[in-house]
Order: sequence, then C-alpha cells, then structure tokens
Amino acid sequence: MKNQLNYILALGLAVSAFAAPQTFDFKDPKGVNNVVFNLDAPLEAITGSASGVSGTVQFDVANPGATKGKIVVASSSMHVGNSMMKEHLHSDKWIDVAKYPEITFEAKELKNVKTEKDVTSADAVGTFTLKGVSKEMTIPVKITYLKDKLGARMPNMKGDLLVIRSNFKIKRSDFNIMPGQAEDKVSNEIDLTLSLAGYALAGK
Amino acid sequence: MKKALRIGSILLAIIVVAVWAGMGANRGWTKHSVEVRTLDEVTGIEAIEHKKQFVPGIEMLGAGLLFSLLLFGGSFLIRTKISKNNPT
Repeated sequence: MKNQLNYILALGLAVSAFAAPQTFDFKDPKGVNNVVFNLDAPLEAITGSASGVSGTVQFDVANPGATKGKIVVASSSMHVGNSMMKEHLHSDKWIDVAKYPEITFEAKELKNVKTEKDVTSADAVGTFTLKGVSKEMTIPVKITYLKDKLGARMPNMKGDLLVIRSNFKIKRSDFNIMPGQAEDKVSNEIDLTLSLAGYALAGK
Repeated sequence: MKKALRIGSILLAIIVVAVWAGMGANRGWTKHSVEVRTLDEVTGIEAIEHKKQFVPGIEMLGAGLLFSLLLFGGSFLIRTKISKNNPT
C-alpha cells in the first residue's frame, strides 16, 4: 500500500514537472534577437533595427495557449544607418531614449491558438508601451518550441529554445511621437518585425 | 581656361557618379554604417550587426553634380582674351 502511494506520488510529481510552464529568458547570449522597423513615407523610407532585447516568457508545451510574458527592447539600441537621423530618433522630440529607456510588450493571453507539432500561431493580447504611452493591442505571433536545442547554439548548456516571430503595425501618433508632424518624410505608420529567441535551461 | 573648366566640370560629374555608383548607388540619405546579417541556423533568425562604413547618398550625388554644373556654367562667364596682335 505504501509502495503504491509512493508510486502515485512520484508519478504525480513527474506529470506536474512536465506540465509546469517553463520560463524562457530572451536576453539571448548570442545577441541574435532583433526588432526591425520600417517607415514608408511619400518622400522618404526609413529602415532600422533594435537589438537590445530582454524579458521573459512563460511557455507550457502542454498548453501553449497559456503563454504569458514580457518583452523589453532598450530604446537606445534603435539604430538607423545615418548618424544624424539616429541622433534625431533618440532625441526628446522623437523617442526620447533618455526619459523612456524601454519599449515593452506584455502579453496577457493568447487567442485563436493553433498548434501544429512544435509551432503555435496565435493572437497575443497585451499592452504595448512606447514613449511612456501604453496601449492595449492584439498582435499575431508565431511561437516555435525547439526542445533540447540550446546545446546546438550554446555548447555546455542544456535546455530548450523558444523562437517568437511577429509582424504588426503601430501608429506613432498613438504614442505621442510628433503626432501629425512631418508625415511626408516620417510615416505615421510603423511596420515592426520581431525575431526573438529565448532559452530555458534544463531542469529549471 | 574656358575649355579647361568645361572639361574639368564634366570629369568631376563623371567621377561623382562613378564614386556614388561604386560605393553602393544608395538612393537614400548618406549612411555611416551598414547592416551585416548573419543567419543563426538553429533558430532561423538573422542576427543584425552594424559595421561602420560610409555610403554616399543622393544628397552627395546631387551636391557633386550641382557643383560640376556650376563650374560648367561659370565657364560661360569667362571672357575670351582678345589678342592685341589680332587685327580683327
């Protein structure tokens, strides 16, 4: 009887261990994570990227729909090819990186979840914060779970990888970034493409 | 002098176009860095790094061509020196 009880207890622990969501760290040691931004105004097209990505995402392989987390982008990591343009972008007139050092998206729930093998497509509902302005948004995400693939990137480390991709648009006027000004040169609509990889160490 | 200025301005225009085209024919503003993308084969993500590199843009091309045009136009303002020995 005692043995049976121990067996059930051990089985329960094992199941709960498998069912528990993993926390993936998106401060990628290899620094591949990036957000590309595109602005296509009638007179000028601007393309740049930001690489200062961090944050954590809780992902449960048994229940991908329960995914939650927060992705943080250091606004000072935003880069465009022209140094004067970059200076303007970082200035208090535009992004004001000194006062607002972070751009964040906090996912609260996933909707329209479709999972096929290790790939989950869904709409992430959450709060997007830019230049101190927070807005509820729903963005499409594609989440790929790569079991035991951490070692393939980082030798001597064991664990899983989670790749998140997303493409969506925001309006700078919604975030108080020079609303209604210079729209012939700096488009109001900003196209954002996120390519992010997070890792979870084995046994954590 | 006139002829030299005209030839010089045409040469300058050719050099300006050649340098602009040779350095990437960038139709945007001048760049001071360029993106270098490297594929991470495990995640399929393209890592973006920035390498310092000067790539002249259309404003450089425009300024160079405008300067050569001014030189060419300026050549018309130079009067031909009439030789004293010339009876006509």
